[in-house]
Amino acid sequence: MHELGLTQSILDIAIEHANRNKASKILKINVRAGRMIALVDESMQFFFKYLTGGTIAEGADLVIEHIPIRIYCLACGVNSEVSEFEIYSCPKCGGSEVEIVSGREFFVDSIEIE
Amino acid sequence: MDIKVLQNILAANENLARENAKLFKDNGIFVINLMASPGSGKTSFILKTAERLGNKYNMAVIEGDIASKIDSEKIKAHGIQSVQINTGGACHLEANMIKKAINHFDLEAINLLMIENVGNLVCPSDFNLGESARVVILSVPEGDDKPYKYPSIFRDCSVLIVNKVDMIGLSDFSIDRLKVAVYKLNPDVNIIPLSCRTGEGFDVWIAWLEENLEYCR
Repeated sequence: MHELGLTQSILDIAIEHANRNKASKILKINVRAGRMIALVDESMQFFFKYLTGGTIAEGADLVIEHIPIRIYCLACGVNSEVSEFEIYSCPKCGGSEVEIVSGREFFVDSIEIE
Repeated sequence: MDIKVLQNILAANENLARENAKLFKDNGIFVINLMASPGSGKTSFILKTAERLGNKYNMAVIEGDIASKIDSEKIKAHGIQSVQINTGGACHLEANMIKKAINHFDLEAINLLMIENVGNLVCPSDFNLGESARVVILSVPEGDDKPYKYPSIFRDCSVLIVNKVDMIGLSDFSIDRLKVAVYKLNPDVNIIPLSCRTGEGFDVWIAWLEENLEYCR
C-alpha cells in the first residue's frame, strides 16, 4: 500500500472537516481500516508525524482501528472471523458460498477538535 | 469536541474511476486492466490478442510505464492506436491518468480498450481505473507460489492468464498447485493457460473476450 499518499488523504479529510467546524486544532483522528486493506501502521504513524508538522493537526494522535475480515456462510448461516486465505471456506461447515461482511472498509470515522 | 466524519479515504480515485466507467459504458467499450510482473508478457499478450481478433473489433491500447515509449511504439508498429503514459515514478496507474489518456481517442469508434498497467504485482490492484475487467498474467518462470505472496492482485481479477506454458517442462511449475492457491482467494476466477509465443491456449481467451465484447456492444 501507499502509506504516504494515504496519510496525506487522511490528513486532508480531517483538516477539511475541522475547518468546516471552525476548529483551531485537531487532537485526534480515528480511522477504521479493514484487514483486507493491509495497512502498515508503523509507516502510517511515521508519515503522519512528518505531514502534520505546521498544520492544525500537529501533535495529534492518529488512531487506526483494524476491522477483522468476517464472512457470513450462506450454507450454515454462521458468521466467522477469517484470514484472507480462508475467506471462501467457512470454518464451521467448510462451505464456499459466503458473503464478506467486513474487512474492506477504509474511512476516517471521526476527529476530535478544539 | 468529537466530529463524525465517515469519509472513504480512497474516494478520490474511486469517484474518477466511476466517471471513467460511465464514459466507457456509454460508448459500448469493453475495458481490460492488464496487470502482471515486468517481463511476464503483457505487451505480447496484447499483440497476440489483436492478431487473433483481426478486423472484427476496433482496439485501442493505453500503455503504462515509469519511463520510455518502447511499448506504445511496439503497439503502433502493428497498426493499433496507442497512447503511452509515463508515470515518472508512480508504480501503478490511477484513474486520473486514464481520464487524461482517453482524450487521445475517438471513444465512439472503439470496441476494446486494453490498459497495460505498470509491471508490478503489488500496487496496481489497489487502484480502480474504471475497467470492465481485471486480467492478471502470471508466467511459468515466475513460479506457482505467487498467489500466496501477492494475494490482493490474484483475489481481485476475473481472469488469470498463465503465460509461457511452452516452458512448463523447464521448471517445476504446476498448474494444479497454482489452482489450489488461487481458488482459496478467488474461487470464481477463470484460469487460462496459454503461450503468446506459440499461440496454444489462445482460443479459450479469445472466446471469453468475444463473448464480453458482444455483450458490451
